[in-house]
Amino acid sequence: MNIDWSMLLGRLSLDALPDNIVTIGGAVGGVLGVLFIIGLLTYTRRWKWLWRTWMTSLDPKKIGVMYIAVSGIMLVRGLADVIMMRAQQALFATTADGPITADLFQQVFSAHGTIMIFFVAMGVIFGLINLILPLQIGARDVAFPLLNSISFWLFFAGMALMNVSLALGEFSAAGWLAYPPLSTLEYSPGTGVDYWIWSLQVAGIGSLLSGVNFLVTIFTMRRKGMTMMKMPIFVWTVLGSMLLVVFAFPILTATLGMLTLDRTIGTHFFTSDLGGNPMMYVNLIWAWGHPEVYILVLPAFGVFSEIVPVFSRKRLFGYTSMVWAIMAITVLSFTVWLHHFFTMGAGANVNAFFGIMTMVIAIPTGVKVFNWLFTMFRGRISFKTPMLWFMGFITTFTIGGVTGVLLAVPGIDFQVHNSLFLVAHFHNMIIGGVLFGAFAALAYWWPKFTGFHLHEGLGIAAFWSWLVGFVLAFAPLYILGLMGAVRRLDHYDASLGWQGLFIVAGVGVMFILLGVFFQILQLAYSVWKRKELACDSDPWDGRTLEWSTSTPIAEYNYATLDVVHGRDAFWSFKQSGRKRLSNYTDILVPKNSGFGPIIAIVVFVGSFAVIWHMWWLAAIGLIATILLAILVGMRENVERTITEKQIAVTEKKLWGSEA
Amino acid sequence: MNNESVTENKSLLSRTSVGFWLYLMTDCLLFATLFATFAVLRDATAGGPAGRDIYEMPLVLAETLILLTSSFTCGLALIGLATKNKRQVLYGLLATFVLGAAFLFIEVSEFVKLIGEGHGPQASAFLSAFFALVGMHGLHVFVGLLWLSVLALTIWRRGITDKLTRQLTLFGLFWHFLDLIWIFVFTVVYLMGIVK
Amino acid sequence: MMQKYITGFALSLALTLVAYFLVINNETHPWMLVVLGVLAATQLAVQLLYFLHLDDEVGPRLKQLSFWFMALILLIIVVGSIWIMNNLNERMMHFSPTEKNQYMLTEYDKGF
Repeated sequence: MNIDWSMLLGRLSLDALPDNIVTIGGAVGGVLGVLFIIGLLTYTRRWKWLWRTWMTSLDPKKIGVMYIAVSGIMLVRGLADVIMMRAQQALFATTADGPITADLFQQVFSAHGTIMIFFVAMGVIFGLINLILPLQIGARDVAFPLLNSISFWLFFAGMALMNVSLALGEFSAAGWLAYPPLSTLEYSPGTGVDYWIWSLQVAGIGSLLSGVNFLVTIFTMRRKGMTMMKMPIFVWTVLGSMLLVVFAFPILTATLGMLTLDRTIGTHFFTSDLGGNPMMYVNLIWAWGHPEVYILVLPAFGVFSEIVPVFSRKRLFGYTSMVWAIMAITVLSFTVWLHHFFTMGAGANVNAFFGIMTMVIAIPTGVKVFNWLFTMFRGRISFKTPMLWFMGFITTFTIGGVTGVLLAVPGIDFQVHNSLFLVAHFHNMIIGGVLFGAFAALAYWWPKFTGFHLHEGLGIAAFWSWLVGFVLAFAPLYILGLMGAVRRLDHYDASLGWQGLFIVAGVGVMFILLGVFFQILQLAYSVWKRKELACDSDPWDGRTLEWSTSTPIAEYNYATLDVVHGRDAFWSFKQSGRKRLSNYTDILVPKNSGFGPIIAIVVFVGSFAVIWHMWWLAAIGLIATILLAILVGMRENVERTITEKQIAVTEKKLWGSEA
Repeated sequence: MNNESVTENKSLLSRTSVGFWLYLMTDCLLFATLFATFAVLRDATAGGPAGRDIYEMPLVLAETLILLTSSFTCGLALIGLATKNKRQVLYGLLATFVLGAAFLFIEVSEFVKLIGEGHGPQASAFLSAFFALVGMHGLHVFVGLLWLSVLALTIWRRGITDKLTRQLTLFGLFWHFLDLIWIFVFTVVYLMGIVK
Repeated sequence: MMQKYITGFALSLALTLVAYFLVINNETHPWMLVVLGVLAATQLAVQLLYFLHLDDEVGPRLKQLSFWFMALILLIIVVGSIWIMNNLNERMMHFSPTEKNQYMLTEYDKGF
């Protein structure tokens, strides 16, 4: 009997398996890694534990940890892509061929950008917000706990889709933003762009839901007495960032939707024929894309605004100007998007307007830099690792900012667009800003959640490796860019004399890898030596509310909800010599729910089916999603009570020696 | 019900309604993107028909009036909710459902007719944008009808509980919001489309 | 409450019918687009007040604040996109589809 498999499997066939040595390596490595984890969990019988304490948990502290864990793994994958690219450019780009073909090179840089923005930077930001935001506003939870879990699992499903492309099919070779016509069916008939679309679409909807959730949390769940102008700056930056999420991500959703229609049913939004307009895609994707940059960097600003006062032992300089700067950035970031396509052909008026707006947005950012510096001025500064990351940030970020203002001048942009100068600029912002911010946050808040410090010496080693690596990796790119080296370059002529600088950049990558190695070592060593590194619940003499609760932190965050006075709420508690209250009452906490992981599976399977044109499976996925939505709406009995007595026992245990 | 849980229910109501309102704001931007695309592509007819050649204006007016009336009947159901009048709620929802379904029926039959005449979304950029914008609104109406049916059935069986009150209030917001979006579809796509 | 819905419904009906019959009878009037815009904006206000009860909000007025912020962003995106795209279309869209493809393929490397 002759079975027509394509009815069942759509485009999926044995041809989808990788055939190039590098992709086979990636696929085998990925599959082995997953198998190893599954095996380890089965062998140690941890499945039930994983399901009960992590996967179905609605506790933002656990969801935050899961976000950061996924980001960490994705950071390693993104770095693997970097190594391939820089190795190609340093060693093989002047010879006829290396192990990486031109098409593969394009997939690699597309994957690198997508992973680093969506699954590393976004993940770590959402992880931090989950961990810190409810604590800092003195709340016991976020506004919608189940929605929070669903958001995380959609992020996870998007991540999984993107990584499945390693083993089945290919990834997009159209850059991290998939400009048409390269991303249209005509030029990219394979599954790569579809993988890109669906992993972003799924993760993006998760982000959108998170945005709504955190905004409502900030608006309605603040501790009594914490007015808007008494919120910690980190909370303000999250507010700005989440406003950007809820107003920018719908644009991404719609734009990706239209690209999907172009690719699947043959509409003509962004095609070049029948009136379609590829420039509209570029316009829309950047109307989302520029706010996205600030979505990432604002919370990092918030982290530094928490760290600098604590390690300078002074209150933050210019709180009000900081708040206004954040809100100004939030609005202005919607008015600059054209600077990403100055060269597409808009007239002088349009370019000039957006060039000026771009320079204007540098002003509030400058205000923040000065605020941090004035906070340090005449402070008693202790250069612990979080503060080192801040010093690294302020230097690299300022350099990035200055080159950014250069690029804001359309005339200069015409010279250096499409060059490595640009690449160096935005890595300055995202590594120096977002990533250093995340590392600083990790070092700063780690002891709050675990009860022990990260090893200081290894932290310093990691910092210096990263900083040196960063400078070595990106300073040559500025020079190469001015010499005319374009981005996304897999071959160049040896006579250009660029190889030396590319080798320096490659060495920089090695230093960054060394930094990552020190970080992993630091984590492992600190966990091993946790008894010696143990600390109390307020190791840095903190100022904000999260340091006032016990370490480890109870599920309900705070046993009593004391009224807040003043900006540095915990600092004023300490100054007034207030004692901890013990007038406990019953607390309601959300029960665990399996909806998050189940929705992730359904959405993953549905999207996978659409990518491979298995329409029957896609239809099942759609119906299952609708049914799940109805079931979520019908949930009853979603909370359980922790009684007064249980709280008293828990509190006594948690405070232990500090009582 | 003691005092504590009354306040708890009230704060939950305000939390969910603020959250849902924010979701509606995000939806506004989703539609704004499609409106912007439509505005940019509306003259890109690639030699095919323009809006004024294919719109059936009397039917569009009928759609508008039907949706407007359904928004009103939805309001009647919400008033019934405030007075805990189960009959009024159910009849209001029934009327809303029938009118919403009629709206959707007219829209879909228009689409089918256009596609049958060869003016489907693949024919030109203008038609792609037209189908996407109007279709996205239709999709929202469809989701609204599904939601409405689930709510109405649950109310019919279990009566008006706190939770259903919350959800129905949100549904009311959603339905009025769709009406509002349609006013702009009606104006920008259809009315402005036939202005020469 | 009832009173409000009836007023809102009547006003909306009136505004819709006025807009419709104005256009049907004056398709070529130079001010028509502006008139239609004003009528739609009026109906927006009517529905926000009478159906969505935006004015009834108590407390910190989060709905009003978020609505106005959304409206600001929406205007920036829609007006900005139309401005940019009209400008680009005027300057760049004399290309044939093939030329368009060629041109946009070189463009794809240029953005951030």
